[in-house]
Formats: sequence, C-alpha cells, structure tokens
Amino acid sequence: MTTATDSDETGTNQVAHGAATAQPRGRHRSLWGYLFMPLLLTSILILLYFYVQGRELSSGEANRLNADAILTATREQIELTVVSTALVLAIAIPMGILLTRPFARSITPPAIAVFNIGQAIPSIGLIVLLAVVWDIGFRPMVVALVAYTVLPVLRNTMVGLRQVDASVIEAARGMGMTKRAVLTRIELPLAVPIIMAGLRTALTINVGTATLGALVGAGTLGTLIVAGIVQNKQLILVVGAILVAVLALLVDYLAAIAEERLRPRGL
Amino acid sequence: MNDSTGSAPEAGKIKIRLEGLSKRFPGQGEDAVDNLSMEIPEGEIIILVGPSGCGKTTTMKLINRIIEPTSGRIFLDDEDVTKVNPDLLRRRIGYVIQQIGLFPHVTIADNIATVPKMLGWKKDRINERVDELLETVGMDPGNYRDRYPKELSGGQRQRVGVARAMSADPDVMLMDEPFGAIDPITRDRLQNEFLRLQEQIKKTIIFVTHDIDEAIKMGDRIAILREQSHIAQFDTPERILVNPADDFVADFIGRGASLKRLSLSRVRDVELHQWPTAQDGTGHDEVRRLLEASDKSAVLVLDSQQRPMRWVNAEHLQRAGDGAALGEIGLPAEAVVQPNATLSDTLNEMLTARYSTAIVVDSSSAYQGIVDIDTINDTVRSMRRAERVRLREDERNDEQVSS
Repeated sequence: MTTATDSDETGTNQVAHGAATAQPRGRHRSLWGYLFMPLLLTSILILLYFYVQGRELSSGEANRLNADAILTATREQIELTVVSTALVLAIAIPMGILLTRPFARSITPPAIAVFNIGQAIPSIGLIVLLAVVWDIGFRPMVVALVAYTVLPVLRNTMVGLRQVDASVIEAARGMGMTKRAVLTRIELPLAVPIIMAGLRTALTINVGTATLGALVGAGTLGTLIVAGIVQNKQLILVVGAILVAVLALLVDYLAAIAEERLRPRGL
Repeated sequence: MNDSTGSAPEAGKIKIRLEGLSKRFPGQGEDAVDNLSMEIPEGEIIILVGPSGCGKTTTMKLINRIIEPTSGRIFLDDEDVTKVNPDLLRRRIGYVIQQIGLFPHVTIADNIATVPKMLGWKKDRINERVDELLETVGMDPGNYRDRYPKELSGGQRQRVGVARAMSADPDVMLMDEPFGAIDPITRDRLQNEFLRLQEQIKKTIIFVTHDIDEAIKMGDRIAILREQSHIAQFDTPERILVNPADDFVADFIGRGASLKRLSLSRVRDVELHQWPTAQDGTGHDEVRRLLEASDKSAVLVLDSQQRPMRWVNAEHLQRAGDGAALGEIGLPAEAVVQPNATLSDTLNEMLTARYSTAIVVDSSSAYQGIVDIDTINDTVRSMRRAERVRLREDERNDEQVSS
C-alpha cells in the first residue's frame, strides 16, 4: 500500500485505540479489593476481643492478655520485621546491582553460594546458634532474619535487572546515556516489579520468623505462644497464634499494595 | 577500486571518514572488521549491505563506538572522535536499531525527549520539539504523546524510534535494519515516508541492511561488503546494478536485475497519461458522452476534493440504472500511488489490484494522472537499451586502451 496513507493511518489508529482500552493488569483494584483484607482482619480481632472479654481470666492469663503486654509484643515484632527488612534491602539491592555488572560475572556464583548458606540453615537453628555464640535479644535476632531473607531479595534483584530487554539498554547507550543513567533511569525502574516481589517474600518471611524471637529474649508475639505452651494455657496460645497470623496477613496485604503502586506505568 | 577502501565518487563534503578501522573481538582469531577505510559524503543515505556475518553491523557500531575499534580512526566533520568521550559523541549521532528499544516504562513524549533532556534543553523547547517530531513522523501529538510504547503498533513504534533518534537534530543517523522487523506492507510505507522525510532533512545516514532490494530503494550510495567488512563495491545503486565490480557483487545483486532497476525509477520520472474523469454526481448521459469521445473504456470518478473513487464503464452505467450515484457503481479505484513511489512499487500495486493502470495522486490524494503497464514496459526497455549502449562504449574504450 504505497500511498493509501489516509486509510492506513486510520487502520493503525484503531489498533492503538484497541490496545489502550485494555486495562493494564494488576494496577488498580476495585474498592472491594482494597477493603476486603482490612475488614476481614478487623472482624477477626473484634471477635477475638469479645471472646477473651467473655472469659473469666486467671491471674496468669490476665498478665499476658492485657493491652499493654500485647501492644509491646506487637511493637517488638513490627520493629524486628521493619529493621531486618530495611537491612535486607540495603544489602541485597546494591549487591544485586554489583553482581549483574559485566565486570562481576566471575564472582557471581561464589557470592550467591555465600548468601545461600543463610537460607539453607533452618531459621530456628541459626537463631539459637547466634544466641549461643553471641548474645540474646534484638540484635542477634535481626542478624538471623537478615541472613535468612537476603537471598530472595538478592536473587530477585538480579533476575529483575537481567530480564531488562538488551535492545532497550543498547538503545539507551546508543543515545549517549551514561552507564549510571542507564542503571538508575532504565534498568532499576524496569526491575522494580520483580524486586518488589522479592521484598514481599522477605517481609512475609521476616514477620513470621520474628515470632521465634521469643526464644532468645527478643520479645514479640511469640512470647504469648511460648507462654501458652509452657503454662499449658490454651487461651494465651490461641490469642498469640491468631495475632501473629493477623499481623502477617496485614503485612502481606500492605506489601501487595506497594507492589502494585510501585510498578512503573506502561509495563 | 582497492578492496578495503571506499571513496565516493563525485560526492560533496565528506561528513564521516573512517581510516584503517579494525575490530577484533576478544578470543577470536580474525578481525571482524579489517582495515576499513571509507568516506561518507554529507546528506546522503549510505547503505552498508552484505551477507550475514560480513561485519556490516559491527562497522556501523564502530562509528558511534558502541563497539570500540581495536585500531584505526574515526573522523566526524574532520574532527578525530576516536578518543573523545563516547557518551557525548553518541548524543550527536541518532541511533535506530531493529528492535527499536523504546523505553517501556516512560511515555512516547519522554522516550523522544531522552537526548534533549541529557543535553539540558529547557522544558518548553523539549515539548515543542516532541510535538514537532510526532507530526513529522505522521502521529498526532495530542493523541500519542502521553501513551506508552506497548499501546502502539509495530509501525508506530518504529516511527517513534526514528523520531527519538532525530530529537536533538543530529547531522548523522545510524540505522541498523530499522525496518527489518516490520511486516512487508508497513515496511514499504515506512520506507517511502522515510525517503520523503530525508528529502527535507538531508541527514547523513548510515543504513545497515541485508536486503539488496531495500538497499537499492533507500540508498544514495551502496557499499557492498564481503567478510571482514571488505568493501566489494561502493557506488550509486544505478552503477552497481549496471556495472557490478566482480562476481561477488553480481551474485549478491542476484538475478532479476531488470526488475530491480524498476526500483530506481520513480513515478515522477515517467510521463503520466491523462484519463477521462468525472465528478461524483455527474449525470450518466454526460459520462456516456465522455466515454464515446475518448478511446478509453472507462472513466475515473473523482470526489469533490479530486480524490479517485471508482472506475465506471458503459456496462456499469447500464446495469446500475439512471438514478445510481457514480460514486457507488463500477469498480473501486485501487492501485493508487504517489509520485515518489518507485515503478517497482507501482507494478506491485497494479498486480495486487489486478488492474493494468495505477492512479497517481499528489500528497493530498488528489488525482494527477495515470501510469499504465505499457509505460513500465517502455521504461524497462529503454533502461536495457541505455545499458547496452554503455557496455558497448566501455568495450570500445577497452579496445582502444589495449591497442
């Protein structure tokens, strides 16, 4: 069609319009999609509250199941999760960037092997080991969590950077973008969805594993579970378990929203 | 002509000069590009063409130093750019690759604005330039500037790729099989649009392709490369077709050279025939009178803007009855070409439409005249005649030299 430009032009426009009407997947939830999880979690907490209120509490139970003790435990769990995840990001993302640069090709396999050790050891083993050889409390717990979750974020960062279309990078370099600009303006934004998926995994693992902090004096909601087992108090055990589950689901929900929001438009 | 030296005969100012350029990739026994010297004249489309693995793409990438040469020198505007900062050099040279490589996460406008932003242009100037470029490549800025690449068709992405390469108005553009990944119909249209654009912008363009037909159609000059980027012949398409330097070139051009020659002539170079025409709405009786008065069997019906609508002959008129509007009877006016279409395209259009005539229109689609199959035949015949004369003269010259 050498010159039937008019008709062809409308033809291509139609193609584009058609594509534009297709909603990009996963970007926007319906209102219900946003509300479902918070409503579910809130109802569980309310039910739990009235259930505990309706019970005659022994002094041992009342010691554990009061607002002060629960809020402190929750705060400890959240602190552990946030600090360890922040450290994971600070370590894994720069490391992932470094290991995907051409000059680092030869050290990538040994580096991955090192980070793999942390994840290969069962988390409870690592936590107890650190308590024995180092210290108990907050800091060894953070180290254990970091060692345990660096690998998924590192691996996702590397995969995310490597899946960026080589032609996009070549075009960017060919237009005179510096290597740094290609990294910060092209590669990292395009890797964000996959890095975020790794981050979500790390958060979920960390919020759950932080419960084990109860074993090494780092507090957390795990203390309820441990106390419930040790004192043979079913109620404390159940409340602790439900609170941990609710917190984990909430964290995952927030991470999922962040994942959707941070995905660059156009992908 | 020396094997590895290309100098363009009768060229104007030299824009790019390559001097003894070589590239050996690590771990390879042979140079990918071996001692290439070449002079590239300003404002022309220079095609690098050759079989796969001949080093044509590597050669192109040596020019903006996406691949750093092992030895040799590159001059741009007589300035030695072999050692200057490659990022700054590349901002002066447009770059289009086959996969286009649009940035998927930014809008069309931001894609096009990439280089101007790096050069620190003011925001207003960038916006203006983006709109101007979108218009240049035939895309409505209001409709497209805020869209994302995935919303575009392949042809539109290619246009944006070209617009992006032109954004900072570079004198030189490198294009690596820019139309290679596009369906044949769209490719043809984009090639024509690009040639029309080049008539206005007059950039110096290095264009890599493996397709000799594309080379003949697009090139002001063609460098046919054999392995290691040795130049087999560097000349205008006409002279390469008529006078291939050696068997390699002749083989590469392949058979059907007469057909290829049709790619060298354009509709505007041949004499257009006139045809009886009638405005839509003309009475049937008048059309019949027109038909009787002419030796043609049909009239071409035009709309109010002189755009071709239908072919109508006496039989159609009879069958349709008196009331029918001319624009709704007869056969559709297909095989429509513009003056810059090659005769090869024109022939193609005719064969597709199964007509023995093609309608020539101007850029606003208004009727200009007719090219028929005899015209194309005559052109081929006169080209062959001219070629024979030239060969005979060459032989005579050779004899004179040898005697």
